[in-house]
Amino acid sequence: MAEQTIGERIPTVIAEDVHIVYRVNGAKTGKGSATVALSRIFKRGDDRGVRKVHAVRGVSFVAYRGEAIGLIGSNGSGKSTLLRAIAGLLPAEKGRVYTNGQPSLLGVNAALMNDLTGERNVILGGLAMGMSREDIRARYQEIVEFSGINDKGDFITLPMRTYSSGMAARLRFSIAAAKDHDVLMIDEALATGDAAFRKRSEERIRELREHAGTVFLVSHNNKSIRDTCDRVLWLERGELRMDGPTEEVLQEYEKFTGK
Amino acid sequence: MTAVPSPDEGLTAAQLAARYGLAVSGARPSLVEYVRQLWGRRHFILAFSQAKLTAQYSQAKLGQLWQVATPLLNAAVYYFIFGVILHASRGMSQDVYIPFLVTGVFTFTFTQSSIMTGVRAISGNLGLVRALHFPRASLPISFALQQLQQLLFSMIVMVAVVVGFGSRPGLSWVLVVPILFLLFLFNTGLALIVARMGAKTPDLAQLLPFVLRTWMYMSGVMFSITKMMEGRPGWARTLLQVNPATVFMDLMRFALIDGYGASNLPPHVWAVALVWAVVLFVGGFVYFWKAEERYGRG
Repeated sequence: MAEQTIGERIPTVIAEDVHIVYRVNGAKTGKGSATVALSRIFKRGDDRGVRKVHAVRGVSFVAYRGEAIGLIGSNGSGKSTLLRAIAGLLPAEKGRVYTNGQPSLLGVNAALMNDLTGERNVILGGLAMGMSREDIRARYQEIVEFSGINDKGDFITLPMRTYSSGMAARLRFSIAAAKDHDVLMIDEALATGDAAFRKRSEERIRELREHAGTVFLVSHNNKSIRDTCDRVLWLERGELRMDGPTEEVLQEYEKFTGK
Repeated sequence: MTAVPSPDEGLTAAQLAARYGLAVSGARPSLVEYVRQLWGRRHFILAFSQAKLTAQYSQAKLGQLWQVATPLLNAAVYYFIFGVILHASRGMSQDVYIPFLVTGVFTFTFTQSSIMTGVRAISGNLGLVRALHFPRASLPISFALQQLQQLLFSMIVMVAVVVGFGSRPGLSWVLVVPILFLLFLFNTGLALIVARMGAKTPDLAQLLPFVLRTWMYMSGVMFSITKMMEGRPGWARTLLQVNPATVFMDLMRFALIDGYGASNLPPHVWAVALVWAVVLFVGGFVYFWKAEERYGRG
Protein backbone atom coordinates (compact mmCIF):
# COMPACT_ATOMS: atom_id res chain seq x y z
CA MET A 1 0.00 0.00 0.00
CA ALA A 2 2.97 2.30 0.37
CA GLU A 3 4.25 1.88 -3.13
CA GLN A 4 1.66 2.70 -5.74
CA THR A 5 3.89 4.56 -8.10
CA ILE A 6 6.89 2.90 -9.61
CA GLY A 7 8.95 5.57 -11.25
CA GLU A 8 12.32 7.22 -10.83
CA ARG A 9 12.39 6.46 -7.15
CA ILE A 10 15.82 5.52 -5.95
CA PRO A 11 16.03 3.14 -3.00
CA THR A 12 18.43 4.15 -0.23
CA VAL A 13 17.71 1.48 2.36
CA ILE A 14 16.49 -2.03 1.69
CA ALA A 15 15.66 -4.30 4.61
CA GLU A 16 15.08 -7.92 3.76
CA ASP A 17 13.52 -10.17 6.38
CA VAL A 18 15.62 -8.74 9.23
CA HIS A 19 15.75 -10.66 12.50
CA ILE A 20 17.65 -9.40 15.50
CA VAL A 21 18.31 -11.41 18.61
CA TYR A 22 19.89 -10.05 21.79
CA ARG A 23 21.75 -12.46 24.01
CA VAL A 24 21.62 -11.72 27.71
CA ASN A 25 24.12 -13.53 29.93
CA GLY A 26 23.05 -14.91 33.25
CA ALA A 27 19.35 -14.13 32.95
CA LYS A 28 18.16 -17.64 32.28
CA THR A 29 16.72 -18.26 35.70
CA GLY A 30 15.61 -15.76 38.25
CA LYS A 31 18.26 -16.98 40.67
CA GLY A 32 21.85 -15.97 40.17
CA SER A 33 23.37 -18.30 42.73
CA ALA A 34 26.80 -19.80 42.15
CA THR A 35 25.58 -23.40 41.94
CA VAL A 36 23.04 -22.50 39.30
CA ALA A 37 25.75 -20.72 37.34
CA LEU A 38 28.06 -23.72 37.66
CA SER A 39 25.47 -26.20 36.48
CA ARG A 40 24.89 -23.92 33.51
CA ILE A 41 28.52 -24.17 32.51
CA PHE A 42 28.42 -27.94 32.43
CA LYS A 43 25.08 -28.19 30.72
CA ARG A 44 25.55 -28.66 27.00
CA GLY A 45 23.35 -27.24 24.33
CA ASP A 46 21.93 -24.00 23.14
CA ASP A 47 20.66 -22.51 26.33
CA ARG A 48 23.66 -22.45 28.64
CA GLY A 49 22.80 -19.49 30.79
CA VAL A 50 22.08 -17.28 27.84
CA ARG A 51 18.63 -15.93 27.37
CA LYS A 52 17.69 -14.83 23.90
CA VAL A 53 15.48 -11.86 23.24
CA HIS A 54 14.04 -11.83 19.76
CA ALA A 55 13.70 -8.08 19.34
CA VAL A 56 12.97 -7.76 15.61
CA ARG A 57 11.19 -10.52 13.71
CA GLY A 58 11.37 -10.52 9.94
CA VAL A 59 10.97 -6.87 8.99
CA SER A 60 11.18 -5.98 5.28
CA PHE A 61 10.80 -2.59 3.65
CA VAL A 62 12.35 -0.35 1.05
CA ALA A 63 13.07 3.32 1.76
CA TYR A 64 13.59 5.86 -1.01
CA ARG A 65 15.57 9.04 -1.41
CA GLY A 66 13.75 12.09 -0.12
CA GLU A 67 11.47 10.17 2.21
CA ALA A 68 11.03 10.96 5.88
CA ILE A 69 9.91 7.82 7.63
CA GLY A 70 8.47 7.68 11.13
CA LEU A 71 8.82 4.61 13.31
CA ILE A 72 6.07 4.12 15.85
CA GLY A 73 5.08 1.40 18.27
CA SER A 74 4.77 0.86 22.00
CA ASN A 75 7.82 0.70 24.28
CA GLY A 76 10.03 -2.29 23.58
CA SER A 77 8.56 -2.96 20.17
CA GLY A 78 11.98 -2.93 18.52
CA LYS A 79 12.12 0.56 16.99
CA SER A 80 15.55 1.58 18.26
CA THR A 81 16.92 -1.89 17.62
CA LEU A 82 15.76 -1.74 14.01
CA LEU A 83 17.47 1.63 13.58
CA ARG A 84 20.73 0.21 14.90
CA ALA A 85 20.50 -2.68 12.48
CA ILE A 86 19.94 -0.27 9.58
CA ALA A 87 23.00 1.65 10.70
CA GLY A 88 24.97 -1.59 10.67
CA LEU A 89 25.77 -1.28 14.37
CA LEU A 90 23.92 -4.41 15.40
CA PRO A 91 24.46 -7.47 13.25
CA ALA A 92 21.26 -9.13 12.02
CA GLU A 93 20.69 -12.73 13.05
CA LYS A 94 18.97 -13.45 9.76
CA GLY A 95 18.23 -11.32 6.73
CA ARG A 96 20.10 -8.33 5.36
CA VAL A 97 20.08 -4.58 5.26
CA TYR A 98 21.41 -2.84 2.14
CA THR A 99 22.19 0.84 2.32
CA ASN A 100 23.44 3.64 0.16
CA GLY A 101 26.30 5.39 1.93
CA GLN A 102 26.66 5.28 5.66
CA PRO A 103 23.49 5.66 7.71
CA SER A 104 24.14 7.44 10.97
CA LEU A 105 22.28 7.59 14.22
CA LEU A 106 21.88 11.09 15.55
CA GLY A 107 23.51 10.92 18.95
CA VAL A 108 26.95 11.02 20.52
CA ASN A 109 25.99 10.47 24.15
CA ALA A 110 28.10 7.36 24.46
CA ALA A 111 31.31 9.04 23.32
CA LEU A 112 31.16 11.94 25.75
CA MET A 113 32.74 11.88 29.20
CA ASN A 114 31.19 13.59 32.17
CA ASP A 115 34.55 14.34 33.75
CA LEU A 116 35.74 16.40 30.81
CA THR A 117 34.94 20.03 30.08
CA GLY A 118 32.24 20.86 27.57
CA GLU A 119 34.94 22.22 25.31
CA ARG A 120 36.84 18.95 25.13
CA ASN A 121 33.61 17.01 24.73
CA VAL A 122 32.73 19.02 21.64
CA ILE A 123 36.06 17.99 20.12
CA LEU A 124 35.84 14.38 21.28
CA GLY A 125 32.23 13.98 20.11
CA GLY A 126 33.03 15.51 16.74
CA LEU A 127 36.01 13.19 16.25
CA ALA A 128 33.92 10.21 17.31
CA MET A 129 31.39 11.04 14.61
CA GLY A 130 34.19 11.07 12.08
CA MET A 131 34.65 14.81 11.62
CA SER A 132 38.16 16.08 10.99
CA ARG A 133 39.90 18.42 13.41
CA GLU A 134 39.57 21.28 10.91
CA ASP A 135 35.81 20.68 10.54
CA ILE A 136 35.41 20.80 14.29
CA ARG A 137 37.50 23.93 14.67
CA ALA A 138 35.43 25.60 11.95
CA ARG A 139 32.12 24.68 13.57
CA TYR A 140 33.12 24.92 17.21
CA GLN A 141 31.72 28.39 17.77
CA GLU A 142 28.51 27.48 16.00
CA ILE A 143 28.03 24.37 18.15
CA VAL A 144 28.58 26.23 21.41
CA GLU A 145 26.30 29.09 20.42
CA PHE A 146 23.60 26.69 19.27
CA SER A 147 23.67 24.81 22.57
CA GLY A 148 23.26 28.07 24.48
CA ILE A 149 25.59 26.69 27.17
CA ASN A 150 27.40 29.99 27.53
CA ASP A 151 24.23 32.08 27.87
CA LYS A 152 24.54 32.02 31.65
CA GLY A 153 28.28 32.42 31.99
CA ASP A 154 31.34 30.55 30.88
CA PHE A 155 30.07 27.00 31.36
CA ILE A 156 31.77 25.41 28.39
CA THR A 157 35.09 25.31 30.27
CA LEU A 158 33.53 23.42 33.20
CA PRO A 159 33.30 19.62 33.39
CA MET A 160 30.05 18.23 31.99
CA ARG A 161 29.18 16.63 35.32
CA THR A 162 28.50 20.12 36.67
CA TYR A 163 25.81 20.79 34.04
CA SER A 164 22.11 20.52 34.71
CA SER A 165 20.49 17.63 32.87
CA GLY A 166 18.87 20.05 30.43
CA MET A 167 22.18 21.75 29.67
CA ALA A 168 23.92 18.43 29.07
CA ALA A 169 21.13 17.27 26.77
CA ARG A 170 21.36 20.51 24.82
CA LEU A 171 25.10 20.21 24.36
CA ARG A 172 24.77 16.57 23.27
CA PHE A 173 22.17 17.46 20.69
CA SER A 174 24.23 20.38 19.39
CA ILE A 175 27.28 18.18 18.88
CA ALA A 176 25.28 15.42 17.22
CA ALA A 177 23.50 17.81 14.88
CA ALA A 178 26.72 19.45 13.71
CA LYS A 179 27.32 16.90 10.98
CA ASP A 180 25.40 16.26 7.75
CA HIS A 181 24.42 12.67 6.97
CA ASP A 182 23.35 10.61 3.93
CA VAL A 183 20.80 8.55 5.79
CA LEU A 184 19.90 10.16 9.07
CA MET A 185 18.22 8.42 11.98
CA ILE A 186 16.82 10.34 14.89
CA ASP A 187 15.76 8.56 18.05
CA GLU A 188 13.38 10.76 20.03
CA ALA A 189 15.89 13.57 20.09
CA LEU A 190 13.30 16.29 19.73
CA ALA A 191 12.15 16.32 23.32
CA THR A 192 15.19 17.85 24.97
CA GLY A 193 15.74 21.21 26.60
CA ASP A 194 13.45 24.14 27.19
CA ALA A 195 10.92 25.59 24.76
CA ALA A 196 13.34 27.97 23.08
CA PHE A 197 15.89 25.25 22.52
CA ARG A 198 13.26 22.83 21.25
CA LYS A 199 12.27 25.34 18.61
CA ARG A 200 15.87 25.79 17.54
CA SER A 201 16.45 22.05 17.41
CA GLU A 202 13.33 21.39 15.34
CA GLU A 203 14.60 23.93 12.86
CA ARG A 204 17.99 22.27 12.79
CA ILE A 205 16.42 18.87 12.17
CA ARG A 206 14.49 20.33 9.25
CA GLU A 207 17.79 21.59 7.84
CA LEU A 208 19.44 18.22 8.33
CA ARG A 209 16.50 16.57 6.61
CA GLU A 210 16.94 18.76 3.57
CA HIS A 211 20.57 17.71 3.26
CA ALA A 212 20.04 14.06 4.07
CA GLY A 213 18.83 11.56 1.51
CA THR A 214 16.45 9.73 3.80
CA VAL A 215 15.39 10.40 7.37
CA PHE A 216 14.12 7.95 9.98
CA LEU A 217 12.48 9.35 13.08
CA VAL A 218 11.58 7.34 16.17
CA SER A 219 9.13 9.13 18.40
CA HIS A 220 6.25 8.63 20.78
CA ASN A 221 4.99 12.07 19.92
CA ASN A 222 2.42 11.63 17.17
CA LYS A 223 2.45 15.35 16.51
CA SER A 224 6.11 15.48 15.64
CA ILE A 225 5.65 12.41 13.42
CA ARG A 226 2.80 14.17 11.61
CA ASP A 227 4.89 17.33 11.22
CA THR A 228 7.97 15.63 9.80
CA CYS A 229 7.11 12.32 8.18
CA ASP A 230 5.32 11.33 5.02
CA ARG A 231 5.49 7.60 5.62
CA VAL A 232 5.19 5.58 8.81
CA LEU A 233 6.30 2.09 9.82
CA TRP A 234 4.43 0.67 12.79
CA LEU A 235 6.26 -1.98 14.74
CA GLU A 236 4.62 -4.13 17.36
CA ARG A 237 6.45 -6.94 19.21
CA GLY A 238 9.23 -6.79 16.67
CA GLU A 239 6.93 -7.29 13.70
CA LEU A 240 6.01 -4.78 11.03
CA ARG A 241 2.31 -4.28 11.66
CA MET A 242 1.67 -1.58 9.13
CA ASP A 243 3.56 0.44 6.54
CA GLY A 244 1.94 3.33 4.72
CA PRO A 245 1.20 7.04 4.47
CA THR A 246 1.41 8.87 7.80
CA GLU A 247 -2.27 9.68 8.31
CA GLU A 248 -3.49 6.19 7.47
CA VAL A 249 -1.12 4.43 9.83
CA LEU A 250 -1.46 6.92 12.66
CA GLN A 251 -5.24 6.62 12.63
CA GLU A 252 -4.97 2.83 13.02
CA TYR A 253 -2.28 3.26 15.66
CA GLU A 254 -4.37 5.70 17.67
CA LYS A 255 -7.29 3.28 17.49
CA PHE A 256 -4.99 0.53 18.73
CA THR A 257 -3.61 2.51 21.65
CA GLY A 258 -7.10 3.70 22.53
CA LYS A 259 -6.64 7.44 22.15
CA MET B 1 0.76 -7.34 8.92
CA THR B 2 1.17 -5.72 5.54
CA ALA B 3 3.64 -7.06 3.07
CA VAL B 4 5.51 -4.43 1.09
CA PRO B 5 5.04 -4.94 -2.63
CA SER B 6 8.33 -5.00 -4.46
CA PRO B 7 8.78 -1.77 -6.43
CA ASP B 8 11.02 -2.78 -9.33
CA GLU B 9 8.68 -5.63 -10.17
CA GLY B 10 9.85 -9.08 -9.37
CA LEU B 11 13.35 -8.16 -8.26
CA THR B 12 14.60 -9.73 -5.06
CA ALA B 13 16.07 -7.42 -2.43
CA ALA B 14 19.59 -8.46 -3.40
CA GLN B 15 18.98 -7.74 -7.08
CA LEU B 16 17.40 -4.40 -6.28
CA ALA B 17 20.35 -3.51 -4.07
CA ALA B 18 22.80 -4.46 -6.79
CA ARG B 19 20.93 -2.42 -9.38
CA TYR B 20 21.15 0.79 -7.36
CA GLY B 21 24.60 0.15 -5.99
CA LEU B 22 23.59 -0.42 -2.38
CA ALA B 23 25.96 -2.26 -0.06
CA VAL B 24 25.25 -4.54 2.87
CA SER B 25 25.12 -2.41 6.01
CA GLY B 26 27.71 -3.21 8.62
CA ALA B 27 29.75 -5.58 6.44
CA ARG B 28 33.41 -6.09 7.32
CA PRO B 29 35.76 -4.07 5.10
CA SER B 30 38.85 -5.65 3.55
CA LEU B 31 42.01 -5.61 5.65
CA VAL B 32 43.59 -2.83 3.56
CA GLU B 33 40.43 -0.74 3.67
CA TYR B 34 40.22 -1.36 7.40
CA VAL B 35 43.73 -0.06 7.98
CA ARG B 36 42.88 2.99 5.85
CA GLN B 37 39.74 3.70 7.89
CA LEU B 38 41.69 3.27 11.09
CA TRP B 39 44.31 5.75 9.91
CA GLY B 40 41.49 8.18 9.14
CA ARG B 41 40.43 7.90 12.78
CA ARG B 42 43.89 8.52 14.25
CA HIS B 43 42.82 11.86 15.76
CA PHE B 44 39.89 10.21 17.47
CA ILE B 45 42.10 7.42 18.82
CA LEU B 46 44.54 9.92 20.29
CA ALA B 47 41.86 12.26 21.65
CA PHE B 48 39.97 9.35 23.22
CA SER B 49 43.08 8.04 24.98
CA GLN B 50 43.98 11.49 26.30
CA ALA B 51 40.41 12.08 27.43
CA LYS B 52 40.39 8.80 29.36
CA LEU B 53 43.70 9.69 30.96
CA THR B 54 42.53 13.13 32.06
CA ALA B 55 39.13 11.91 33.23
CA GLN B 56 40.84 9.43 35.55
CA TYR B 57 41.99 12.02 38.07
CA SER B 58 39.66 14.92 37.31
CA GLN B 59 37.77 14.58 40.62
CA ALA B 60 40.88 14.43 42.80
CA LYS B 61 42.05 17.54 44.65
CA LEU B 62 45.62 17.11 43.48
CA GLY B 63 44.37 16.48 39.96
CA GLN B 64 46.89 15.43 37.35
CA LEU B 65 49.66 15.29 39.98
CA TRP B 66 48.42 11.73 40.62
CA GLN B 67 49.73 10.72 37.22
CA VAL B 68 53.19 10.86 38.81
CA ALA B 69 52.27 10.25 42.46
CA THR B 70 50.56 6.89 41.80
CA PRO B 71 53.59 5.19 40.21
CA LEU B 72 55.85 6.72 42.87
CA LEU B 73 53.76 5.21 45.66
CA ASN B 74 53.65 1.92 43.81
CA ALA B 75 57.42 1.81 43.59
CA ALA B 76 57.70 2.62 47.30
CA VAL B 77 55.38 -0.25 48.26
CA TYR B 78 57.24 -2.76 46.11
CA TYR B 79 60.56 -1.60 47.53
CA PHE B 80 59.25 -1.97 51.07
CA ILE B 81 57.97 -5.51 50.50
CA PHE B 82 60.64 -6.99 48.26
CA GLY B 83 63.66 -4.91 49.15
CA VAL B 84 63.24 -4.44 52.89
CA ILE B 85 61.11 -7.37 54.10
CA LEU B 86 61.89 -10.21 51.68
CA HIS B 87 65.44 -9.25 50.63
CA ALA B 88 64.74 -10.36 47.08
CA SER B 89 67.80 -8.50 45.83
CA ARG B 90 69.97 -11.67 46.24
CA GLY B 91 73.28 -9.99 46.40
CA MET B 92 72.54 -7.13 44.04
CA SER B 93 73.73 -3.86 45.51
CA GLN B 94 71.02 -1.42 46.60
CA ASP B 95 72.22 0.98 43.92
CA VAL B 96 71.29 -1.53 41.26
CA TYR B 97 68.39 -3.30 42.94
CA ILE B 98 66.10 -0.34 43.53
CA PRO B 99 66.29 1.01 39.96
CA PHE B 100 66.05 -2.62 38.80
CA LEU B 101 62.82 -3.10 40.75
CA VAL B 102 61.26 0.22 39.74
CA THR B 103 62.04 -0.25 36.05
CA GLY B 104 60.66 -3.79 36.16
CA VAL B 105 57.45 -2.84 37.92
CA PHE B 106 56.67 0.06 35.61
CA THR B 107 57.45 -1.84 32.43
CA PHE B 108 55.33 -4.78 33.48
CA THR B 109 52.50 -2.52 34.64
CA PHE B 110 52.33 -1.11 31.10
CA THR B 111 51.72 -4.59 29.68
CA GLN B 112 49.41 -5.59 32.50
CA SER B 113 47.14 -2.56 32.31
CA SER B 114 47.07 -2.66 28.49
CA ILE B 115 45.65 -6.15 28.78
CA MET B 116 43.24 -5.33 31.59
CA THR B 117 41.82 -2.27 29.83
CA GLY B 118 41.93 -4.13 26.51
CA VAL B 119 39.70 -6.94 27.73
CA ARG B 120 36.99 -4.41 28.57
CA ALA B 121 37.63 -2.22 25.52
CA ILE B 122 34.61 -3.59 23.64
CA SER B 123 32.48 -5.13 26.38
CA GLY B 124 32.76 -2.02 28.56
CA ASN B 125 31.96 0.37 25.72
CA LEU B 126 29.04 -1.39 24.06
CA GLY B 127 27.04 1.83 24.20
CA LEU B 128 29.64 3.53 22.06
CA VAL B 129 29.93 0.56 19.71
CA ARG B 130 26.16 0.48 19.23
CA ALA B 131 25.84 4.21 18.68
CA LEU B 132 28.59 5.28 16.31
CA HIS B 133 30.54 4.05 13.32
CA PHE B 134 34.27 3.68 13.57
CA PRO B 135 36.69 0.80 13.10
CA ARG B 136 36.32 -1.07 16.38
CA ALA B 137 40.08 -1.58 16.67
CA SER B 138 40.20 2.13 17.58
CA LEU B 139 39.10 1.20 21.10
CA PRO B 140 41.76 -1.34 22.15
CA ILE B 141 44.45 0.69 20.38
CA SER B 142 43.28 3.81 22.14
CA PHE B 143 43.41 2.08 25.53
CA ALA B 144 46.93 0.79 24.86
CA LEU B 145 47.90 4.33 23.88
CA GLN B 146 46.44 5.61 27.14
CA GLN B 147 48.66 3.18 29.03
CA LEU B 148 51.68 4.30 27.00
CA GLN B 149 51.04 7.89 28.05
CA GLN B 150 50.63 6.69 31.62
CA LEU B 151 54.01 4.99 31.34
CA LEU B 152 55.59 8.20 30.05
CA PHE B 153 54.43 9.89 33.24
CA SER B 154 55.82 7.00 35.28
CA MET B 155 59.11 7.39 33.48
CA ILE B 156 59.59 10.74 35.17
CA VAL B 157 59.71 8.81 38.45
CA MET B 158 61.74 6.05 36.86
CA VAL B 159 64.41 8.41 35.58
CA ALA B 160 64.55 10.20 38.93
CA VAL B 161 65.09 6.90 40.76
CA VAL B 162 67.67 5.64 38.28
CA VAL B 163 69.67 8.87 38.45
CA GLY B 164 69.17 9.07 42.22
CA PHE B 165 70.94 5.71 42.59
CA GLY B 166 73.98 6.68 40.63
CA SER B 167 73.31 5.90 36.97
CA ARG B 168 74.18 8.70 34.60
CA PRO B 169 72.40 9.58 31.36
CA GLY B 170 74.40 8.16 28.48
CA LEU B 171 74.09 7.14 24.88
CA SER B 172 72.37 3.89 25.86
CA TRP B 173 69.35 5.92 27.04
CA VAL B 174 68.44 6.53 23.41
CA LEU B 175 67.60 2.80 23.23
CA VAL B 176 64.51 3.55 25.31
CA VAL B 177 62.78 4.88 22.19
CA PRO B 178 62.92 1.67 20.10
CA ILE B 179 62.22 -0.41 23.23
CA LEU B 180 59.06 1.57 23.99
CA PHE B 181 57.98 1.36 20.37
CA LEU B 182 58.33 -2.42 20.25
CA LEU B 183 56.71 -2.82 23.65
CA PHE B 184 53.79 -0.67 22.55
CA LEU B 185 53.29 -2.86 19.45
CA PHE B 186 53.44 -5.97 21.62
CA ASN B 187 50.95 -4.62 24.15
CA THR B 188 48.57 -3.37 21.48
CA GLY B 189 48.58 -6.80 19.87
CA LEU B 190 47.73 -8.41 23.19
CA ALA B 191 45.03 -5.81 23.87
CA LEU B 192 43.43 -6.53 20.47
CA ILE B 193 43.40 -10.26 21.15
CA VAL B 194 41.85 -10.02 24.61
CA ALA B 195 39.42 -7.34 23.37
CA ARG B 196 37.90 -9.78 20.90
CA MET B 197 37.85 -12.60 23.45
CA GLY B 198 36.41 -10.30 26.13
CA ALA B 199 33.67 -9.09 23.78
CA LYS B 200 32.40 -12.65 23.48
CA THR B 201 33.22 -13.80 27.03
CA PRO B 202 33.22 -10.94 29.55
CA ASP B 203 34.15 -13.46 32.28
CA LEU B 204 37.71 -13.18 31.05
CA ALA B 205 38.03 -9.91 32.94
CA GLN B 206 37.62 -11.87 36.20
CA LEU B 207 40.13 -14.53 35.23
CA LEU B 208 42.90 -12.43 33.72
CA PRO B 209 44.24 -10.85 36.93
CA PHE B 210 45.31 -14.31 38.13
CA VAL B 211 46.98 -15.15 34.84
CA LEU B 212 48.75 -11.80 34.85
CA ARG B 213 49.95 -12.14 38.43
CA THR B 214 51.41 -15.57 37.68
CA TRP B 215 53.09 -14.13 34.62
CA MET B 216 54.51 -11.28 36.68
CA TYR B 217 56.11 -13.59 39.27
CA MET B 218 57.58 -15.72 36.48
CA SER B 219 59.06 -12.77 34.66
CA GLY B 220 61.66 -11.64 37.14
CA VAL B 221 60.11 -8.32 38.03
CA MET B 222 61.39 -8.41 41.63
CA PHE B 223 64.35 -10.74 41.28
CA SER B 224 67.12 -11.24 38.77
CA ILE B 225 66.72 -14.36 36.64
CA THR B 226 70.49 -14.44 36.05
CA LYS B 227 71.18 -14.57 39.79
CA MET B 228 68.42 -17.06 40.51
CA MET B 229 69.51 -19.49 37.78
CA GLU B 230 73.20 -19.50 38.68
CA GLY B 231 74.51 -23.07 38.52
CA ARG B 232 71.52 -24.29 36.52
CA PRO B 233 71.74 -25.35 32.85
CA GLY B 234 72.04 -22.45 30.41
CA TRP B 235 69.05 -23.47 28.28
CA ALA B 236 66.73 -23.23 31.30
CA ARG B 237 67.91 -19.70 31.93
CA THR B 238 67.45 -18.75 28.28
CA LEU B 239 63.96 -20.24 28.31
CA LEU B 240 62.97 -17.97 31.20
CA GLN B 241 64.64 -15.01 29.55
CA VAL B 242 62.87 -15.14 26.20
CA ASN B 243 59.54 -14.61 27.96
CA PRO B 244 58.44 -11.35 26.26
CA ALA B 245 57.75 -9.55 29.54
CA THR B 246 61.31 -10.35 30.65
CA VAL B 247 62.81 -9.37 27.30
CA PHE B 248 61.34 -5.87 27.32
CA MET B 249 61.97 -5.36 31.02
CA ASP B 250 65.62 -6.42 30.77
CA LEU B 251 66.17 -4.27 27.69
CA MET B 252 64.79 -1.29 29.56
CA ARG B 253 67.06 -1.99 32.54
CA PHE B 254 70.04 -2.52 30.27
CA ALA B 255 69.39 0.85 28.61
CA LEU B 256 68.90 2.83 31.81
CA ILE B 257 70.93 1.26 34.63
CA ASP B 258 74.71 1.50 34.55
CA GLY B 259 75.31 -1.56 36.76
CA TYR B 260 73.03 -3.84 34.70
CA GLY B 261 75.20 -5.14 31.89
CA ALA B 262 74.63 -7.16 28.74
CA SER B 263 75.47 -10.39 30.61
CA ASN B 264 71.91 -10.28 31.94
CA LEU B 265 70.39 -10.43 28.45
CA PRO B 266 69.61 -13.61 26.47
CA PRO B 267 71.34 -14.15 23.11
CA HIS B 268 69.89 -12.24 20.11
CA VAL B 269 67.75 -10.18 22.44
CA TRP B 270 66.81 -7.50 19.87
CA ALA B 271 65.72 -10.09 17.34
CA VAL B 272 63.63 -11.81 20.02
CA ALA B 273 61.99 -8.50 20.99
CA LEU B 274 61.28 -7.64 17.34
CA VAL B 275 59.72 -11.04 16.65
CA TRP B 276 57.49 -10.86 19.74
CA ALA B 277 56.32 -7.35 18.86
CA VAL B 278 55.63 -7.95 15.18
CA VAL B 279 54.03 -11.38 15.57
CA LEU B 280 51.72 -10.26 18.36
CA PHE B 281 50.77 -6.98 16.71
CA VAL B 282 50.06 -8.35 13.24
CA GLY B 283 48.46 -11.52 14.57
CA GLY B 284 46.33 -9.61 17.08
CA PHE B 285 45.25 -7.07 14.49
CA VAL B 286 44.09 -9.68 11.99
CA TYR B 287 42.42 -11.72 14.72
CA PHE B 288 40.50 -8.66 15.90
CA TRP B 289 39.52 -7.57 12.39
CA LYS B 290 38.06 -11.02 11.63
CA ALA B 291 35.15 -10.38 14.00
CA GLU B 292 34.69 -6.67 13.17
CA GLU B 293 31.04 -6.89 12.11
CA ARG B 294 29.98 -8.82 15.21
CA TYR B 295 31.14 -6.54 18.05
CA GLY B 296 27.81 -4.73 18.34
CA ARG B 297 26.06 -7.92 19.37
CA GLY B 298 27.81 -8.09 22.73
